[in-house]
Amino acid sequence: MSRELFKFKGGVHPPEHKSESNTRPIALAPIPNFLVIPVRQHIGNPAKPLVHVGQSVLKGQMIAAADGYISAAVHAPTSGVISNIDLQPVPHVSGLPDLCITLVTDGLEQWIDHGPIDYQALSPAALRMQLRDMGLAGLGGAVFPSAVKLDPGAAHTCPTLIINGGECEPWITCDEMLMRERADDILQGVAVMRHLLGSTEVLVGIEDNKPEALAAMQAAAAQLDFVVEIVAVPAIYPGGGAKQLIQTLTGHEVPSGKLSTDIGIQVFNVGTAYALARAVHHGEPLISRLVTVTGHVLRPQNLEVLIGTPMHTLITHAGDRDGTTGVLMGGPMMGMPMPDLKVPVVKATNCILVKSSELFPTLPKALPCIRCTRCADVCPAELQPQELFRFAKAGDFGRAQEYHLFDCIECGCCSYVCPSHIPLVDFYRYAKSEIWANEKEKRAADLARERHEFRQFRLEREKKEKAEKLAAKTQAKRAELTTAPAGGAVASEADAKKALIAAALARAQAKKVEATPKNTDSLSAETQREIEEIEARRAKIRELAHQPLETEEKLK
Amino acid sequence: MPAPFILDRSSVTQVMAWVLAALLPGVAVYVWVFGPGILVTLSLATVTALAAEAAMLKARGYPVKPFLTDLSAIVTAWLLALSLPSLAPWWLIITGTVFAIVVAKHLYGGLGQNIFNPAMVGYAVLIVSFPVQMTQWSGPIELTPSSLSFAQSAAVIFGGDFPKAALDAVTMATPLDTLRTGLLQQLTIDEIMPKSIFGQYGGTGFEWLAAAFLVGGLLLWALRIIGWQVPLAFLAGIWLTAGFLHFFDAGRFGAPWFHLFAPSVMLGAFFIATDPVSGATTPRGKLIFGFGAGFLTIIIRTWGGYPDGVAFAILLMNLSVPLIDAWTQPRIYGGSKRNGKDPSA
Repeated sequence: MSRELFKFKGGVHPPEHKSESNTRPIALAPIPNFLVIPVRQHIGNPAKPLVHVGQSVLKGQMIAAADGYISAAVHAPTSGVISNIDLQPVPHVSGLPDLCITLVTDGLEQWIDHGPIDYQALSPAALRMQLRDMGLAGLGGAVFPSAVKLDPGAAHTCPTLIINGGECEPWITCDEMLMRERADDILQGVAVMRHLLGSTEVLVGIEDNKPEALAAMQAAAAQLDFVVEIVAVPAIYPGGGAKQLIQTLTGHEVPSGKLSTDIGIQVFNVGTAYALARAVHHGEPLISRLVTVTGHVLRPQNLEVLIGTPMHTLITHAGDRDGTTGVLMGGPMMGMPMPDLKVPVVKATNCILVKSSELFPTLPKALPCIRCTRCADVCPAELQPQELFRFAKAGDFGRAQEYHLFDCIECGCCSYVCPSHIPLVDFYRYAKSEIWANEKEKRAADLARERHEFRQFRLEREKKEKAEKLAAKTQAKRAELTTAPAGGAVASEADAKKALIAAALARAQAKKVEATPKNTDSLSAETQREIEEIEARRAKIRELAHQPLETEEKLK
Repeated sequence: MPAPFILDRSSVTQVMAWVLAALLPGVAVYVWVFGPGILVTLSLATVTALAAEAAMLKARGYPVKPFLTDLSAIVTAWLLALSLPSLAPWWLIITGTVFAIVVAKHLYGGLGQNIFNPAMVGYAVLIVSFPVQMTQWSGPIELTPSSLSFAQSAAVIFGGDFPKAALDAVTMATPLDTLRTGLLQQLTIDEIMPKSIFGQYGGTGFEWLAAAFLVGGLLLWALRIIGWQVPLAFLAGIWLTAGFLHFFDAGRFGAPWFHLFAPSVMLGAFFIATDPVSGATTPRGKLIFGFGAGFLTIIIRTWGGYPDGVAFAILLMNLSVPLIDAWTQPRIYGGSKRNGKDPSA
């Protein structure tokens, strides 16, 4: 059972704070009076609303459809009536509101017709389509549409499937509790993943500070008709990062700028495997998830929460206390502060961490960098954070990129150990966003220039073609006119000229009549195609200008 | 405030405090071997450094308190004081300290911005400008006819009316000075070494001081305040370079152990070359930086104009840091190339 493990460089050991929330069993969260369901909960195109205000919906009914390949549908988490489709505050770093569907719940929990999918009978492509339409996205935090990740590509299979039960972030225990209580379901989801990816090796990495989860998963794995290796990995932050877990388990590094599938490895979070099992074996779309509610609350615990539940509902349920200084979504290393507790739980919400000044003292003011390189010692991406900081601060983004800024996984280890208390990760995020903005501008400018150049080229070409046509016609006319008299009576040169002018006038007249209809009518196929191309380019520019930043980050 | 929302307990103040604590064994042995004069020097340098730091922070419009309490000025003061002759006059101490803090540190942008180690800049300025005063070392108590009390030391340092004869009775040429003078007189190493100033490995008493700095340095390493690369490479640079020369001609070049067990080497290896601000940052860069400093130290000691070369060697290596760092960028996770440039380029 013992597997040779590998060590990744760097990492830190922040206090774990797991026991606060992992001593109570998973409980059902109350159904709030209304749910606010963002249409953009995943990486990729936001889902397109299918419902209208006033419409009654059933639990599990699709209320917004996936838009394109990299997208995922959104469903009604319970039955009720749609009351609003508008911009609402959402848990997102930008702090900007986003399109949400508000559902007034009726408390009846009336399900739409649903049932298990015979996944082995379906073609992989059809199955993936179904999963996309069931709203599946990675629940480890990145919320990448699972259907896309379950596509090994036309040419190959994905030999190694890794299930991530690392959960290295302090305070969070939702994956641990899921493994302890629902190990069988997780592994049923794993079976579907294995089926779609054609994997020959399945590994589950669980940090060794979760002995109960390890035992539960091992017991469940023993019942399977295929081999799943449950591996205890050393507890070190960020050992649960996909790239780090891959290195720990296989010794392989994901090449910079590539995906793990390029080296034949795909990684899914245990929560995603569970959601997949619910989808395939019960026909339930992704409408709820486990959320750890912990920190400065009376009863820290894990709750099974309907997507769209306002965060304050959960905090109240866990027992809110005086002296709250803020709320994070996610853990203390990578989580983000919530500006407003009305924001809903989304597919990415693994933890609601309530802060107090005792648990999270105010961070001291930053001092200058003394180049001590402790950040470099702990950086799991093996970067030189002190140099990146220097370049980012100086606005030298080119150098920052040369020093591999985009290999930074923003785990926060550098900031955590910095004796000067510099918010290093913040500088990297800033540098990245500046670079993206510049790129976007540049790409838009490039497109505009390209378009302009193409127009110039087209006008030039049309002019030339016209001139050529004219010349040819003149030639023909001249030939016609000169041959005709040669065959009959002798005509003077002046007559020929007159005839030519008359012919030209007649042509112009004809052209005028031709040109009077709108110039978009009766176009040649070629021109039509040209116009379509231009329209497509325009749409692309518009899209580029509106694309959210993290989309590109995750796709990189 | 963005993530992360928790911090390790470390701080610049804590780092600097540990450096000062690690110097204490050296200070104690210094007092034991050479008398209490060093305490006067240390105090004067500390007061001067804090005053200069406060004045510069104020002049540059920085908050005084957080920067003064980071203890970095005191570290500079102590390193300079421990490098100066034990009976250096007060104005020499003040000049060196002020130059270190004002010019080498703050005119370059303050904490974290100086490209040269401030203490070594102060030392270099003094030895270039005041070579005579920079040789006023008290000898080890066990070798000199008499020794000075704390008050007497203070009197000497502050230029009190102190009899020349009494001063002569306590000062002595350092082992490196003695070696240098001997070699200049065409003596061989074997003829020079029997002198009483030379001890088991280094100089009598001096070798104990070197050992104390070594102990403090190992403490810093054990606490992970400093890495192993710079000190080890520095000592290796000293030992290998001196060893090579000694092997080549034992009559003209001192033994590697002798060079290694000089207090300046141990202080340099563990406390000065490890200064993160002015040192290399990459793992391989640290090795090059340390080895280069050790190598240059022996070169300067052997062929240079000064008996010791640690300060100049470290300053020269400080100068090379941007180049060393640029050339030794390590391979990153998932990177294909060992060197700094972009693997995809």
